[in-house]
Amino acid sequence: MAPRVIIIGAGPAGVRAAAALVEAGLRPVLIDESRRDGGQIYRRQPESFTRSYLELYGTEAGRAQDVHRTFEALRDHIDYLPETLVWNISEGEVHLQQGTRYSRRPFDALLVCSGATDRLMPVPGWQLAGTYTLGGAQVALKAQGCAIGLSVVLMGTGPLLYLVAAQYVKAGAQVAAVLDTSTFLQRLRALPQLLTAPTALRKGMALIKVLRRAGVLLKRGVTPLEIEGSAQTGVTGVLVDIGAAQPLTIACDAVALGYHLRPETQLADLAGCTFEFDKEVGQWLPSIDTDGRSSASGVYLAGDGARVRGADAAECSGRLAALAILRDFALAAPADELARLRRELARLERFAAGLRAAFPWPAKLAAKLPDRTIVCRCEAITAGELRRVVRDTGAIEANRAKAFSRVGMGRCQGRFCGQAGAEVIAAAANVPLEAVGRLRGQAPVKPLPLALRIDDGLDHEAHQICPEAESCIADHAIAQEYCK
Amino acid sequence: MSARFQRLAETGRGTFQITVDGMPVTAAEGDTLIVALLTSGDSVRYSEFDDGRRAGFCLMGACQDCWVWTADGRRLRACTTQAVAGMAILTRLTEGVWPRV
Repeated sequence: MAPRVIIIGAGPAGVRAAAALVEAGLRPVLIDESRRDGGQIYRRQPESFTRSYLELYGTEAGRAQDVHRTFEALRDHIDYLPETLVWNISEGEVHLQQGTRYSRRPFDALLVCSGATDRLMPVPGWQLAGTYTLGGAQVALKAQGCAIGLSVVLMGTGPLLYLVAAQYVKAGAQVAAVLDTSTFLQRLRALPQLLTAPTALRKGMALIKVLRRAGVLLKRGVTPLEIEGSAQTGVTGVLVDIGAAQPLTIACDAVALGYHLRPETQLADLAGCTFEFDKEVGQWLPSIDTDGRSSASGVYLAGDGARVRGADAAECSGRLAALAILRDFALAAPADELARLRRELARLERFAAGLRAAFPWPAKLAAKLPDRTIVCRCEAITAGELRRVVRDTGAIEANRAKAFSRVGMGRCQGRFCGQAGAEVIAAAANVPLEAVGRLRGQAPVKPLPLALRIDDGLDHEAHQICPEAESCIADHAIAQEYCK
Repeated sequence: MSARFQRLAETGRGTFQITVDGMPVTAAEGDTLIVALLTSGDSVRYSEFDDGRRAGFCLMGACQDCWVWTADGRRLRACTTQAVAGMAILTRLTEGVWPRV
């Protein structure tokens, strides 16, 4: 019998994987949280909108269109479940939520292409209305034709910093400044690796040219000091140290903030994958082989959700993981393509390493955050409180510190505070980041409606639906609210 | 309250009305709820932890910082919910309404 394959995520990785499986004669299930395919990078605007591919995706218009067309051609050959959240994975089954309906689907092979979100370093004032992630600022423009404010500062580091800034300029938004924590020297040192993908490098440099031509204030090597504003009406400006005698204040009513990306690994965690600490990126990542096999039998990982390597690599790794599934189930997979994809992915990995070196995560900023800085935006818990917990309880392990401080326990489930929180703990306890460990993924991976009903027409108690209910009630705030 | 989000494209769309805390607000066809809220106001809710108004953060359904309520106590995540004509949105759950989360 043909293996039952479930793919989570309809971005570039998931779509390319689905295509490869359909070509081999399988009918995969493709589950996606969004209303439309494309993932975040190739997110589609509503059907009635009229902007062209070139306007929406710039130099990536051709790739975006190809991924969308590939998906459309697949529609009759896959079981596509949009607006569906996979909120838990148990032995051979995914647990789904669609609106208030709950169901389960069995699989023989599961490919998780869960994508990434912005990696955030807190700064005093980042909880103020008008602060968004860089990815969020891009979503507002791409999917909704809006700028996040009248006058926007983009701050942080990473390729997205310059991409979003250039997109805002081209769309007619007022960009008050682009403030990069990484330095020119770091970029120069990364050049040999970046040259492994000269076209991508050229595209990046063209973005900076767009900003210069528009007269946008560009600063490198900055230290963010504060997002200024009022608790009632939001952002009014940004304060940064630029190495001069006086810090620089820039007036604005919106800030887009981000430091490259972090993979969404909760589902890999729930699927039982082993994680390893990657010293270079300072992140715990699920272990995978060249083709995307995880440590858990029948579970495969691809795209930015496994390793942040960008959209082109996501397409490549998605297809590669699909070929791995075919081979593992003794189905024919084209050997010449396998070798080509592995070579291509290795090249893109070198480029991604170049980007990481050019735009490094500013780990050291965490130790310097003033005590009043909110680390957990969900529950307004400060760096000072987290440090107090480390000092008073001796908790240095991430989950233990979470239990005492509640940092990571709010409803974003540590997505936006987890990595910086670990840096704060490591600095306060004077231990290496690796010793802090990582926040465990918890089901449900996102808040569920309490009114969830099993899809069989009968009413059930919530604890029958959520197998983790009892343990989550003990140590998980979200579950306390949604699984009781 | 002034608008936080600025419409830069797709401005020729048809419009419709929703209410926010009882006040009429104009939305455009294809708007997500957060866009409808922030093109007419500067925030969507109060932080439950008393640090002020919030206006969403990630805009992709990950941070859960844009929850609003319907008059009958249903919770909506404004960035992943489509605005629909006639919606009655509350930025704070009123006393006496049992949340139907």
